[in-house]
Amino acid sequence: MAVDDKTCRINIQVQSDDFDLGSEYSRLRHQADNPGAIVSFIGLVRDFIGEGTEGEQSLTLEHYPGMTEKALQDIADRACSRWPLSGCTIIHRVGKLVPSEQIVAVLVASSHRDAAFSGAEFIMDYLKTEAPFWKKQQAGDQAEWVVSRASDYQRASRWKNSKH
Amino acid sequence: MLTVRYFASLREALGCEEENITLEQKDNVTVSDLVGLLSARGEPWDVLQDTGQVLVAVNQSICQRTQPLHGDEEVAFFPPMTGG
Repeated sequence: MAVDDKTCRINIQVQSDDFDLGSEYSRLRHQADNPGAIVSFIGLVRDFIGEGTEGEQSLTLEHYPGMTEKALQDIADRACSRWPLSGCTIIHRVGKLVPSEQIVAVLVASSHRDAAFSGAEFIMDYLKTEAPFWKKQQAGDQAEWVVSRASDYQRASRWKNSKH
Repeated sequence: MLTVRYFASLREALGCEEENITLEQKDNVTVSDLVGLLSARGEPWDVLQDTGQVLVAVNQSICQRTQPLHGDEEVAFFPPMTGG
């Protein structure tokens, strides 16, 4: 079977398990056609209330199974049609996480670094505003839902007004 | 029959995860009409009218409230996303 060399290999994973950046990098490096650059971004759980506060801290991520995968695939497709990307991987964890754990990974492969950097940033900006994930913070007995930030929407909207 | 789902803080505020709703009228019905029907239950359901706090997806795609409904869709209401 003929292989279309313009194909962008897309890997989408929503999982409770942790992931290993080295393995994901190797996988994308071998899948992508002639990659000249691979950019990777990892999001981690911050210590959100600072030191000296009593009680265990955790973050619980809820999502909308089915729609989540569809939304991430759509964001990756848009990035691949906007830049000459040869591959991308999006991994997002769900369930209970504690500070310093990994939450999200985005890896983007392209022939050149500018497309890889832009593609990774584009995917993260839209992941924040279009993928149905919600965070609930817990510190000791106190739990509250994280509220979305206007700055995240501003970051995503700037792509609508620019070509690159 | 519509399957209506609620997520995250909205699910907790409404005390409901999922329900089935049968539309009596099937022509020219939109998401706004469904919101009207649900909001008529009074507090806390009237929060659904707040377009800044409550987003809508029909068949797992984000949409506007002008989106038509035929009566057999999966409709989801949820707060703005906070992933990443």
